[in-house]
Amino acid sequence: MIEFKGVRKAFGEHVVLDDLTLTVRDRETLVVIGYSGTGKSVLLKHVVGLLQPDLGQVIVDGQSVPDLEREELSALRAQIGYVFQFAALFDSMTVAENVALGLRRRALDEEEIAERVSEALALVDLTGNDDKLPAELSGGMRKRVGIARAIALRPRYILYDEPTTGLDPVTSAVIDQLMVRTREHLGVTGIVVTHDMRSAYTVGDRIAMLYEGRIRQVGSVAEIQATQDPLVRQFIEGIPS
Amino acid sequence: MITALGHKTVGAIKAVGRVGQFLGDTVRALPDFKIWFPLTITQMRRVGVDSLPVALFIAAFTGVVLALQASYTFTGAVPLYFVGTLVGKTMMLELGPVLAGLALAGRVGASMAAELGTMRVTEQVDALETLAYDPHSFLVIPRIAAGTTMFPVIVAFAIAVGITTGWLTSLGLLGLSTPDFMKGLKLFYAFKDVWYGLFKSATFGFTITLVGCVVGLGTRGGAEGVGLSTTRAVVYSAVLLLVLDAFWAMTLL
Repeated sequence: MIEFKGVRKAFGEHVVLDDLTLTVRDRETLVVIGYSGTGKSVLLKHVVGLLQPDLGQVIVDGQSVPDLEREELSALRAQIGYVFQFAALFDSMTVAENVALGLRRRALDEEEIAERVSEALALVDLTGNDDKLPAELSGGMRKRVGIARAIALRPRYILYDEPTTGLDPVTSAVIDQLMVRTREHLGVTGIVVTHDMRSAYTVGDRIAMLYEGRIRQVGSVAEIQATQDPLVRQFIEGIPS
Repeated sequence: MITALGHKTVGAIKAVGRVGQFLGDTVRALPDFKIWFPLTITQMRRVGVDSLPVALFIAAFTGVVLALQASYTFTGAVPLYFVGTLVGKTMMLELGPVLAGLALAGRVGASMAAELGTMRVTEQVDALETLAYDPHSFLVIPRIAAGTTMFPVIVAFAIAVGITTGWLTSLGLLGLSTPDFMKGLKLFYAFKDVWYGLFKSATFGFTITLVGCVVGLGTRGGAEGVGLSTTRAVVYSAVLLLVLDAFWAMTLL
């Protein structure tokens, strides 16, 4: 379980998260929606300790992330897969090396690493692309490698930062299917940050809307679709203000 | 004006604090030997092999100029074999380490700042952290260790090349014989000349790579931020290198 309790985060004068409280239940996929620049990615980065809250608590598996020591944080991160908005693949490494990198931090032999890399690449339909460099891949393929890198770790949690942004509708649908397949295959708890509502309805068990640093509304897909909150409705229907 | 001065002072103190914290984090990552050692070998190859041609090119022409200028200065007043003394001493003590250092500040420091800056703005550094790697053990230690160990090697080659071209110039253009050049070279030679130059170049290597890493990993923004970091790394490295040069001259000579 992932819990945010009264989290506040500001960059200089700009308050991004303000007394934010949210719980992500085990084995669910929670989609966080919201306007660009409202702090959705900032929220995700708190889960893996890439950012520290100014106030409040971020708790993963009962452990307060900001209070963890270096080794404890490293152990926690080993249980979390993170899919970055632009994939964040290492340019100088091949696809297989990118996927294997996280596995090399664990006590696995080369045979097992190769097996896990093949399995992860097969799951994202990228078998046979092992030796390609990220520069040789399309945007959609890069995102899929990013997902493969995350799932190869067999994580308990997986965090997706804008997984379909910048992709064409067909490729977006492929990524959505992949996220659903990953949850079914691995039984992971996930947070998906997006402003793509089609994607949110496809992959989410629950949807939370972030607005002005707080959760404006959280509920099941059906509850969000039937919302009476004018702000949430405006966002999900894409009505200009 | 006083307010501006105050802001600058606070900014400078904060920058020193950030570098101190960065060094502390780097020291804390030292036990991750299995991660940084193999990567250090790769970086040593990059720093050493890639930088050697530039350093040798500069050293070769410096040796020629030193011999000619020494001869011009000494004409009629000082025996010409002192050309060997001046070429040897200057290359070992000053021009070998400093000129190679300045060239490598541009070559190595800028390249590290640009590479790490790009990794920072494209979230590759964040990705490393989420994969349970400490960026200090994966990115910083290999680069600093490679810079600190390879710079003296590069400078040793540069000194040798500079003295050789000085000798060849003395033979070909100044009419000095090899025994006379060697006599001058050995005249005031002390072992300290060698270790001082090489020690100094090790500290230059440490400084240039540290600055490249600090500035690179501190990059904010997109391509503009990377460009700014690259320029900063070269300027800061060059300034620090000259300050360090004066510091070692005051404390070790």
